[in-house]
Amino acid sequence: MAKNTEKKYASMKGKRRASLTATYILLIVISIIWLIPFIGLILQSFRSFDPAIEPGQNGGMVSYIIPKTFSLDNYKFILSDATNFPKWYLNTVIIAIFVAIGQTLNVLGVSYALSRMRFAGRTLLMRFWLVLGMFPGFLTMICLYFLLKQFGLTQAGAVPGLILVSIASSGMGYYVCKGYFDTIPKALDEAMMIDGASRARIFFTMIIPMSKPIIIYTALVAFMAPWCDYVFASYVAFGNDKSYNVAVGLQRWLVNADYQGYFTRFCAGGVLVAIPVTLLFMFLQKYYVEGVTGGAVKG
Amino acid sequence: MSAAAKKKNPGFFKAVGMNFAEIGTTFAHGDWKTRLSYIILGFGELLRGQIAKGIAFLASEVLFIWYMCQFGVRYLEKFSTLGTVETTKVHRKTVYGDNSFLILLYSLLTICIIVFFIFLWRLNIRENLKEELILKSGKQLPSNKKVLSSLLDGNFDKTLLTLPMIGIFLFTVLPIIFMVCIAFTNYDKTHQSPTHLFTWVGFDNFKELFATSGAGLGGTFGTVLLWTLLWALAATFIDYFLGLGVAMLINKKGIKFKKLWRTILVITIAVPQIVSLLYISKMFAADGIINQTLLKWGWISKAIPFWTNPVLARVMIVVINIWVGIPYMMLIATGLLMNIPPDLYESASLDGANHRQMFRYITLPYIMFVTGPFLLTQFTGNLNNFNVIFLLTQGGPQSTKLAGNAGYTDLLITWLYKMTVNDTNYRMAAVIGIMVFIVTAVISLVVYNMLPSVKDEEAFQ
Repeated sequence: MAKNTEKKYASMKGKRRASLTATYILLIVISIIWLIPFIGLILQSFRSFDPAIEPGQNGGMVSYIIPKTFSLDNYKFILSDATNFPKWYLNTVIIAIFVAIGQTLNVLGVSYALSRMRFAGRTLLMRFWLVLGMFPGFLTMICLYFLLKQFGLTQAGAVPGLILVSIASSGMGYYVCKGYFDTIPKALDEAMMIDGASRARIFFTMIIPMSKPIIIYTALVAFMAPWCDYVFASYVAFGNDKSYNVAVGLQRWLVNADYQGYFTRFCAGGVLVAIPVTLLFMFLQKYYVEGVTGGAVKG
Repeated sequence: MSAAAKKKNPGFFKAVGMNFAEIGTTFAHGDWKTRLSYIILGFGELLRGQIAKGIAFLASEVLFIWYMCQFGVRYLEKFSTLGTVETTKVHRKTVYGDNSFLILLYSLLTICIIVFFIFLWRLNIRENLKEELILKSGKQLPSNKKVLSSLLDGNFDKTLLTLPMIGIFLFTVLPIIFMVCIAFTNYDKTHQSPTHLFTWVGFDNFKELFATSGAGLGGTFGTVLLWTLLWALAATFIDYFLGLGVAMLINKKGIKFKKLWRTILVITIAVPQIVSLLYISKMFAADGIINQTLLKWGWISKAIPFWTNPVLARVMIVVINIWVGIPYMMLIATGLLMNIPPDLYESASLDGANHRQMFRYITLPYIMFVTGPFLLTQFTGNLNNFNVIFLLTQGGPQSTKLAGNAGYTDLLITWLYKMTVNDTNYRMAAVIGIMVFIVTAVISLVVYNMLPSVKDEEAFQ
């Protein structure tokens, strides 16, 4: 009997080890699959587009991942005067910073009003915004374009135009932030009100300092979106090379037939775009996870 | 929901009736200051010493009248035709006529402003009534300073919401109303104002969308809609369960370097999709690394048509979307798995349940329960998942069997984009936009009311 249990125990241990090993193998395979595109991107960005250095090709796609010689040609090229890449980069950084600040202020204000204040038409407003959100964003593209054009905010003025459009309607994305405010006990507000503090004072001196995680989450998400904004940016900046953001520029390098052999340069540009955004994200990951899971659970 | 709406409707009409009654009685019983306020907004307030409020009302009336005289009437009178005089060239000189686009846009703006002004007018009457009642009861009106400072206290919501609401009105509400109107016009390639005006055509565009014969888009619309729904279902549920699986792998007892595995996956979220997805689309291109390598090794004799074969392209998109979606779901599932009350597992293991049973009867129901609303938003998000489709295939492969330049991986939303940007077929783009709205709204409403967490909020509390 005792022998039997021992045997059973040993086999269970073996089973456990086998299952752990299997899990590790699976995780390693998953990691490789998830990393391959990034490894490829980085390696290809060091492949020169100069046929003299990299024989037999000119910056297009090739059948090998590891370059025959490592060179910084692509980086030198895209950072030189030969392209507008530095300008696009600067545009994107400016847009991202302003959008992050503007959207965060906007969302905080709306969230506080909806979470703490009770006014006539509050639920109606929230329902109305919910329904508005069901319209596809691109539907209104031409109308927005003409609106911006009226103010001279297209083509050469595309950067402020894009900032304006991104900030203007961002109040509708209050869900996660309001959900967070709802978890801050109302008793705290009431205590401050008894001390004679106004609503504005409560908002600025209590709620905002207590909401660091959600502020960082909101700002981070807002900051990351403009790096990917291809659709509206390309429409608003159409034909004005200097007003592009990196998304528009890189997409053109890869897809537009005028840019044959820009594949490695796209890779280099992609690496330059990905590095700061990825680092920032990794650094603030904790807040992102908090915001995303909080938003998902509350719906 | 529908029951609530029904209950609300009589209330709404009653409220309108009561509003009219109040407007009448206020005029009948009010003093001369109040009565004059019906024509000159803010008059009563000013005479009663409520300078701040009075000036605000008066200024809005002056602005309104100025706007109507300067712009409003000019555009509004052409609203029914959207302009009749085309801009033409006479002997190398441009003679400017109407511009349908601006007429429609400014007419709608004017209508909204009129509605808003009526609301202000109504508010003005109520304010007068309130002040009269306060004075009649022998109390003092609040000082101007108090009225202004209430904007930071009792009326702080108005201060906070004013700018966001103006922004949303100008950049979301007005454009949406505008585009809904465009669906009832013939605004397309051949009707580009100001040289060629467009006008109202009723439901013609909707008929064209559903027509299956001739130039109708019916067949293509069906194909695209079906694929959109299929895609959203596949993308949502495959990612959901695989992400849950990966999260459970990482959280398994005894697995080390949990943070490392998570970080590797999270890189996908961090790197802008414009970089990662464009690179991946090139990886699978005919001259991309995967085809080239397989050719070199002699495993295949000609390139696999990843992006040019309709079925293969669709499968590829779903597969690559797994790469995009798993890390996101993994993060959420990790948080949720930690939230499951551990005593549920303890009591289950006391009852002799094994791992599989625990997953089947505790983990899965719990996760499904709390993530119901999340799944719904994921689903509607995927219906409109522009980036993945556009960056990978741009909607292709195209086919002569599909009308309106649609491709086999086009979602409604990418089709809408193509119609707007490539074909300048704004009228059909607007119709498709309305269809997207209807699909999203219907699915949201139906599914939301079926969610377990909505039906039975207490189940896991």
